[in-house]
Amino acid sequence: MERNHTNFWKTDRHFALGRSRRLLVGWPPWPAGSARSARGIPKSLAYALLTVILALASTAFTLNGAIGIHDPSTVINDHGTWYVYGTGGRALVSRDGWTWSAGVTPARTGLAPDVIHIGNRFYMYVARNIGAEPKAAVNMIWTRSLDPKSPDYKWHEGGVVASSNGVEDSNAIDPGVFLDSTTGRMWLTYGSFIGYIRLVELNPKTGQDLVANEKPIDLAINGEASDMIYHAGWYYLFMDRGSCCAGSSSGYNIRMGRSRKVTGPFVDADGVGMIEGGGTMLIGSEGRFIGPGHFGLINLGDGVEKFSMHWEADLDHGGASVLGIRPLLWKNGWPEAGENFLGGTFEIQSVRTGTALDIAVEGVPVGGPRTFGFGGRGRGPVGARRGPGGFAGRGPAGRGPAGRGPGGAPGRGFGFGRGPAPLSNRVIPDQQAAQVDKNWPAGTVDAGMANYLAEARQKWQITPVPDAGGYIGGPYFKITIAGTDRALAATTDAELAVIPAFTGAPEQLWRFDQLTDGTWRIMPKAIPNWPQPMALSAVGSSFATLDKFNSHSDMQRWLLKTP
Amino acid sequence: MNSRRTLLIPALIAAFGFAVAATAVPAASGAGKTYGPTLTSPASPALLTGPDGFIKRWLVLEPIPVFGLSRSQVQAMVKKQYFPDQYSVIPKDGETETSGAATLTWHAVDTRLYNVNLFHFARALNKSSTNALFWVVTIVNSPRKMDNVRLAIGSNAASVWWLNGREMIGIYGDRQTVIDDGVSKRTTLNKGPNVVRAAIVNSGGATDFCARFLDANEKPIPDLSITLQAARP
Repeated sequence: MERNHTNFWKTDRHFALGRSRRLLVGWPPWPAGSARSARGIPKSLAYALLTVILALASTAFTLNGAIGIHDPSTVINDHGTWYVYGTGGRALVSRDGWTWSAGVTPARTGLAPDVIHIGNRFYMYVARNIGAEPKAAVNMIWTRSLDPKSPDYKWHEGGVVASSNGVEDSNAIDPGVFLDSTTGRMWLTYGSFIGYIRLVELNPKTGQDLVANEKPIDLAINGEASDMIYHAGWYYLFMDRGSCCAGSSSGYNIRMGRSRKVTGPFVDADGVGMIEGGGTMLIGSEGRFIGPGHFGLINLGDGVEKFSMHWEADLDHGGASVLGIRPLLWKNGWPEAGENFLGGTFEIQSVRTGTALDIAVEGVPVGGPRTFGFGGRGRGPVGARRGPGGFAGRGPAGRGPAGRGPGGAPGRGFGFGRGPAPLSNRVIPDQQAAQVDKNWPAGTVDAGMANYLAEARQKWQITPVPDAGGYIGGPYFKITIAGTDRALAATTDAELAVIPAFTGAPEQLWRFDQLTDGTWRIMPKAIPNWPQPMALSAVGSSFATLDKFNSHSDMQRWLLKTP
Repeated sequence: MNSRRTLLIPALIAAFGFAVAATAVPAASGAGKTYGPTLTSPASPALLTGPDGFIKRWLVLEPIPVFGLSRSQVQAMVKKQYFPDQYSVIPKDGETETSGAATLTWHAVDTRLYNVNLFHFARALNKSSTNALFWVVTIVNSPRKMDNVRLAIGSNAASVWWLNGREMIGIYGDRQTVIDDGVSKRTTLNKGPNVVRAAIVNSGGATDFCARFLDANEKPIPDLSITLQAARP
């Protein structure tokens, strides 16, 4: 398929989008090559055309800073700093995983590198066309540090670990390196749309071929940018399908299959072998982001997994290719792409208790206290009598909270009976904090938990905080009672409080990580005088605290529900 | 029987060192008395919390008529003085309080279950548990100082809880007893006696409560000795 892809790759084009803060990023030119995507666009041409200068401003929807990259490696951490490497020597670096800037080009550049950390070495695998397509080779280089300022930063050549001779059904580009934690064996997948996705074994002590001239194992067809991971007894093979390098017309999407053996056969969720064209979609284009590709697992431990990739085109950044990081979820033995948290107004509900986080103040029923004659479910051992609903009701006569002010126990103790309330077309509007907060204490108030009743005290506005930094894949947020500036904060004794106003202090900034089951871990950026990280924890049905995250418990798992 | 004040909390802690309560505290005089199917008068000097950590021995005052379950209602309710030394008294089984025109008796009870069924308690005494406030108190003897523990309670319905005179928990509204519903912030159990006091407020129907301490890892503390008087040195 031929397409006009040049519009997005003009040189010297500046994209000044979004917010006022801009970062200009020079994108080094790619080496010449002739890899070709499945849909017919020569990769080398596309890469050459990617010599652009991008101004990528922060938005709430992508990572922050200079995130322009194509064919990224797995995002990897070295002593707290995150690194990622792309085609053409492009390197990005981030101290927090949220705001990125240009890094230092490694000693060897080429196509679609991948990187892994084993022992005291970082191994990088990077491909280069060495003749007419599909003649290519994957080289390995290694270093003890990814920090160019470190004395251990020195790239060493490790030689060729895989190649294609231009005749065989293989195109040795797009390496994906994998260490099998269950066996300690190291593997490399590679390949493109010409021929097979292939597997060779590497030596985890050297990063080089384990066996010279080893015959590769064919794993899949119709893909490129492959990578492999292990999860709960299965090996998962990821690869890209569709066309790359064509900006917003790139059809790239990430497909997958799984196998009980690292050598295959890999089968998709429909039972189709990947060697016969199978592949279940992990993620395709979404919203204003086109063409995801080049999966790389970021396993943060404690049940938090994310994956790195690129979007071929970010429509909010001039159609540039940008780095993306998304949560990786697991459902019925298959990965799913989670959602990056964007904020909004939510009920924050505990998975453990089913109760919702609130500011511990007097509750006020939505729409006001129940008035006489609306039926109800009065219960009580004394004063059984017939209620207005026409059914036997039970409850004491006498005074009650209905119509007598806020809070209380609506519907109880009146003996109104169990008859249905008369239907009405009256729509009860949402309760706003301004309607009820005049009776809330002015100072710091405890946080609590209660059954969700759609009250203003239970609705939290979660908002990304500009320039407050972030974490791998997301910015820090403030959590305020919607319609107020009352902010959730960690206290010096690792408890929770709702303070009168957000000031931006670290204990008022919150991190949201989607866990592999789709629930959320919520952590303060810092706790005063408390060294270890802690997470929001439902220690009781009516009480939340901060505690060390335990991935085997529901105490620190939360649902974010739209109220 | 006349009300006979015994101890204020500081005096209690200062006056009595911790000892193995099982050998130092006499059994209640009303042993063998029952309050419905789940409550009996204590037949032993002390009761360990056991694996699930629940405090199963309490002094319960006969109910006081009240009304309301909301936060503001209950907070106002528990701040009202119903009888002298209501935040500090460590009564003995059978002692009485004068609250308005009523004379109310403290009853020492052990529960066979994890919870104390106040409906059973009131019905056995031919008292109403509807729109009622129950004051309860017990002494938790800790074999060592324990930091970063939490008092964890459940109640039907609202309740307010104090540990050694400090308010720790308030839960409000119409609710059933759920284990570890209300949980305190991190606190410290002193070595020796610690006084746990609560006001349980019911509107109608069933009423009960449960309480235990959780350690720093949120696990129940099994080796607390529960008595109704401070252990004597």
